[in-house]
Amino acid sequence: MRNLTNLFILATKQASRHRTRSVLTILGVAIGMFLFSSVETMQSAMEQATSTTSADTTLVVYRENRFCPSTSRLPEHYLSQIREIDGVAEAIPVQVAVNNCGASLDVIAFRGVPGDDLLRYNKDLELVAGSIDDWRNRSDGALVGEHFATRRDLSPGDTFEAVGVRVVVNGIIRSPNPQDNDVAYVHLPFLQQASRVGLGTVTQFNVRVTDPARLDAVAASIDNVFRSDSAPTITRPEKAFFAQTAKDLIEMIAFTRWLGFGAVAGVLGLVANSLLLAARSRIREGAILQTVGFSPGAIGMLVVLEGLILGLTGGLIGSVGATVFMTLNRFSFGSEGLILSLSPSYIVSLWGVAIAVVLALLSSVWPALEAARRPIVQSLRDC
Amino acid sequence: MENEKHFITCRNLSKSYQKGSTTVTPLQDLNLEVQRGEFLALMGPSGSGKTTLLNCIAGIDQPTAGELIIGGRELNRMSRGELTQWRSQHCGYIFQLYHLVPILTAYENVELPLLLDKSLSRKDRRQRVDTALGLVNLDDRSSHYPAELSGGQEQRVAIARAIVTDPELLVADEPTGDLDGKAAAQILELLQRLSGDLHKTIVMVTHDPRAADCAHRCLHLEKGQLIEAQVEGGVS
Repeated sequence: MRNLTNLFILATKQASRHRTRSVLTILGVAIGMFLFSSVETMQSAMEQATSTTSADTTLVVYRENRFCPSTSRLPEHYLSQIREIDGVAEAIPVQVAVNNCGASLDVIAFRGVPGDDLLRYNKDLELVAGSIDDWRNRSDGALVGEHFATRRDLSPGDTFEAVGVRVVVNGIIRSPNPQDNDVAYVHLPFLQQASRVGLGTVTQFNVRVTDPARLDAVAASIDNVFRSDSAPTITRPEKAFFAQTAKDLIEMIAFTRWLGFGAVAGVLGLVANSLLLAARSRIREGAILQTVGFSPGAIGMLVVLEGLILGLTGGLIGSVGATVFMTLNRFSFGSEGLILSLSPSYIVSLWGVAIAVVLALLSSVWPALEAARRPIVQSLRDC
Repeated sequence: MENEKHFITCRNLSKSYQKGSTTVTPLQDLNLEVQRGEFLALMGPSGSGKTTLLNCIAGIDQPTAGELIIGGRELNRMSRGELTQWRSQHCGYIFQLYHLVPILTAYENVELPLLLDKSLSRKDRRQRVDTALGLVNLDDRSSHYPAELSGGQEQRVAIARAIVTDPELLVADEPTGDLDGKAAAQILELLQRLSGDLHKTIVMVTHDPRAADCAHRCLHLEKGQLIEAQVEGGVS
C-alpha cells in the first residue's frame, strides 16, 4: 500500500510537472465527457419521461387522431363522465397553449386548469415563491414551474406574454413530475378565452387511477364511453402518450447517443495517444527508474496511475461541468406541447466519471506494457 | 572461501547479442576478480566491452555464458525480478550523462531508489536523502531542478542517488566524461572518499587516464577480454 501511495505521488508529480501535455489531455477528456454526460442526461430524461413503470397511475385523454394541442379539442363536460368511471381516482381538464407545436428547444406551454382542482389533483406541488391565494384571486395569474422561471428569469410579480397570452406571475412551483416544472399553470376559463378556443372546450383530461394495475383497463373504459360521441378519445398512460406524441423528438435524442459513443471513443484515443507519447518520450526516465530498482510492474503501474489521474480529473471536470451547466440553464425540449426537461442527474455524472476512469485504465494498458517490457540496456542505448 | 575473498568474481564471462544478421560478442571468456572495498578502473577503446561488463556487474544486463558472482550471489542465475530487487539494495549506478529525471528536484531524484522500500517511512527517507546530499555537499541545492544545476552538481546528485540506499557496490560509466577539469576532479575526489571512508567497492569505466589514476587498480579491455592488469595500489 505504501508502495502504491508513493507511486501515486510520483505519478501526480509527472502529470502536474508535464503541465502543457497534461492540461491538454485533461481538457480533451473533459470536453469528451461533457458531451457524453450531456447526451446521457438527455437519454436519461427521455427514459424517465417515456418508460412506463408499474407505479404509474396517470392517464391522458386526448382527442382521437389528433397530435397537437391546437387541434385536440374535447368537450369540458366529459369530465363528469370520466370521474364516474370505475377505477378513476381523480381527473382534471387541461387546456394547453404552446408557442410551437413542433420540436423546440424553448417551448412555452400554458396549462389552463380549474383553480380549485390543481392542488387537489397535484398534491405534490410545492410553492417555492409567491402565493397560491394571489393566484386564486387573480384571473390572469400564473403559477410558473421553477425550471421555466429559471430559464425565463421570472419571479413573482413579473408579467410575461407568449402565444398572445399575457399573464402575471403569482408563484413559482416545484414538482416531482418534470412536466410541471416547465409549464405555466393558469386558470382554465382565462386560457380558453385568451387562446380563443372558447369556453367549454379543453385539450385533454389528465386522469389518475386508483390502482396502477388497472391503468390499461381504465383507459379502455374511458375510450369506450366516448367511442360513439362527436369527439372520440384516445387514452394512454402519460408516459406512453409522451412516447407516441414526441416520437420524432425521441428519435432525434436517441440518435445523439452515437455522439456520446463518439465522445467516449475520442477520450479513449486521446488518453491512449497521450500516454503512449509520454511513455515513448520517457524511455530514458523508465530506464533510470529501473536502474535504481523500480520493477517493470512498478514502471507499468506508474503509467496506469498517470492515466488514471488524467482520466479522473478530466472526467470530473467534464461530467460535473455538464451537471452544473444543465442545472444553470434548465434546458428543455418541447414537442406537441409536451416538455422533456433536461434535469441533470447525479447518477449520470457518477457514470461519466466512472466511464472516464475505466477508459483511462483501458487506454493506459498498452503504453504501460510498452514501458514495462523495454529492456534497460536498450532504453539507455536508444536515448 | 573464494567468494569471501573476492567481492566480485567473473568466470569465463561472455555476452553476445544479435544485431541484424550478425552476432556481436562484446565480452568473451572474461575472468575478473575484485576485492571488497576496491576502486577499480576499466579502460579500453570504444566497443571493447567496458560498458557491457559494467552493465552485467550492475545487474541491468545479463551475461549469455559464464559466472558472475557478487557478494556471494550468482547474478547470472537471477531472474529479471530478482535482479531488480538485488540492484535496489546492493548496487548504485552513476551514468556519464547523470540521467537525472528532469521534472524532479535534486531531493526527489535522490529519493527515487527509496520510494519502493516498504520498510521506510517518509521521515526515514528524508533522513537518508539529507545524509546522501550532505555527503556530496549539496544540502543547499535539494529543491533545485536538474536544469538549475551545473554539470558537476548534477553528477553529484546522481552520486547521492547511487549511494542513498547504502549499497556495497557502485558502478560508474565515465562519470567525469561530460565534465570540465575542476568538476571532474571534485567527482573523482568524492569517489575516492566513498571508497576510502565508506569502503564502497567501485567499478568505474573511463577513457581519462587521470581518472584511472585515482583508482586502486586499472584494467584494460580489448575485444571483450582483459589484456593487461596494472596494480596501482592496495586496498586499505
